[in-house]
Amino acid sequence: MEKFSLGSENLDLRKRIAELEKELAGYRSGAHTASNGADAAHPQSSDDSSEAPASSVQDDDDARPVKLDLDEFRRYGRQMIMTEVGLDGQLQLKRSKVLLIGAGGLGCPAAAYLAGAGIGTIGIVDHDLVEPSNLHRQIMHAVDRIGTPKVTSIITSLNNINPYPRYVAHNYALSAENAIDTLDRYDLVLDCTDSPQTRYMISDACVLLGKPLVSASALRSDGQLVVLNNPPGEGPCYRCVFPRPPPPESVLSCGEGGVLGPVVGAMGVLMATEALKVLLAKADRKRRRKPAHLAVAENSKATAASDEKDTHAQDVKMKGKKEEGAEERKFYMTIYSAFSDTPFKTIRMFGKRKTCQACSPGATITKESMKNGSLDYVAFCGGRGAGKYPALTKDEVIEVQEYQKLREKNEGGVLIDVRDDVQYGMCSLENSINVPLATILTLPIAAAGEGRNDEAEEAKAVPIPSWLPRDTSTPIYFICRLGNDSRLAVQRLKRSGLVRGNAIKDVNGGLWEWSRKVDKSFPIY
Amino acid sequence: MAAGTIPITVELSGGLEILFNNVRKFDVELPATTADGSASNIDYLVKFLCDNKMTDPRRELFELNNTVRPGILVLINEADWELEGEGEYKLQPKDQILFISTLHGG
Repeated sequence: MEKFSLGSENLDLRKRIAELEKELAGYRSGAHTASNGADAAHPQSSDDSSEAPASSVQDDDDARPVKLDLDEFRRYGRQMIMTEVGLDGQLQLKRSKVLLIGAGGLGCPAAAYLAGAGIGTIGIVDHDLVEPSNLHRQIMHAVDRIGTPKVTSIITSLNNINPYPRYVAHNYALSAENAIDTLDRYDLVLDCTDSPQTRYMISDACVLLGKPLVSASALRSDGQLVVLNNPPGEGPCYRCVFPRPPPPESVLSCGEGGVLGPVVGAMGVLMATEALKVLLAKADRKRRRKPAHLAVAENSKATAASDEKDTHAQDVKMKGKKEEGAEERKFYMTIYSAFSDTPFKTIRMFGKRKTCQACSPGATITKESMKNGSLDYVAFCGGRGAGKYPALTKDEVIEVQEYQKLREKNEGGVLIDVRDDVQYGMCSLENSINVPLATILTLPIAAAGEGRNDEAEEAKAVPIPSWLPRDTSTPIYFICRLGNDSRLAVQRLKRSGLVRGNAIKDVNGGLWEWSRKVDKSFPIY
Repeated sequence: MAAGTIPITVELSGGLEILFNNVRKFDVELPATTADGSASNIDYLVKFLCDNKMTDPRRELFELNNTVRPGILVLINEADWELEGEGEYKLQPKDQILFISTLHGG
């Protein structure tokens, strides 16, 4: 009995599937010519760690036939029934190839939503490994994948969300030399990186290749989002918005400045939305089937219009309107400031710059200059933080183990921790005192010529801060998180001329080294 | 300070507030004219903020070559300052000036 009913149910289901498939075939032929050319329905991913095989991403062809299977209808139905998407939109997404550069705090949420939305090909560039400090915000990585490449980790998670897209792993660092070849195979690029030099580099490559670029960034509780080179050749590029790079000492990474997970997450999610908007704008709405009553109305309207003699004038009028609209195109940046009373702001940007080095008619940046490495993005951005911190002499530095020995003998002198009060409150060495670097930088600078009396007297007039030793024999040691700011402090205190005779030294490598080499129970963060 | 001043609102974002004792938004009574008698513009506001409001000693993190340093966007009433004449823009009462540091983290 049971067997029999199951069997008949099975039969019914088969019938129903056949019906649906027939219906679907009709639907498809309405939207696109039915063709089985592309079999993108099979879950797959490919590794492009070395040079990419030419076949890994197919030729650009927006009219390339793609189709959806029944599972995909069910999977994407919730977004397909939106007027902004529709079958044409969904097919366009499936046809699209999107490259995410960076699988971190921005890349993780952006990739998750793009994979979920059914983008046909998703490439990810990253050369880093998953670290425990990533996990508070990089939601596609996991505890059991710490130490593994981020690209493979993120693709594992993306496959769990949606096995349909084709995932391409680019397990290398993007460089000026490989940027053109890497980006060329995609329709749209998302800049999820974390340094000014990569941002200029990616923007330049997108301009040269005519690809729209969705760019976002985040630090602490702030985020910024902008769509660049969109449409290609019309919208401003990163250089139009920021023609000159910031001084390196003003650039902070998430590791240095900190970042709130949901803040960078929100920016990544917004990037995915903008990416979908750019891709959906290319969908062929004209092929969307009209409801019967509208289709008739439109037909008769068309006949009526063709009867009118005035169509030309109307066309001209329409054209004029369009051009006017194009001229008035405005460009915006969205900024998010999580702790502000009005956290979201949209600001109007200047737009394309007539003197832009990358995207104006007089541009000097070319594919060749990128590929042959003659463009030095690191130098353009003022070096890789070199020069940000002073080099000290041997006498000005003490190794952590050596300093520990001095402490054991009660010869540790004054230990000044120059981190800010928040970090000092998290963990600190016993008997250290906290004087943040910002305070040390307010010390006066001693006059250069010592012989000149008036200036020497001026220097004397400055009160000596309470935290400095009064005698001239107690050594002064500076420490910080990683051993950079403490070097600045050594240099700055010496220049102040407030200390006469005392040794002033930097504890090399800071608390990081202390934890590694002296006291493993001291927290690393 | 009422006569001869322009009341404006200054807002800081993208981490610049750290240079101003973590205050994100404040009102300023800006002298209507500079020392040489010309009307106060954005460049003058930048100098004024460095002299009067900034608490961090690293002036170069806000001002460079007598204007705002590269990497800071200036918005005059929510529009890019380049739409308004950049540093030359003459401040009007009730203007909202927003300084945003470019972020690079991700």
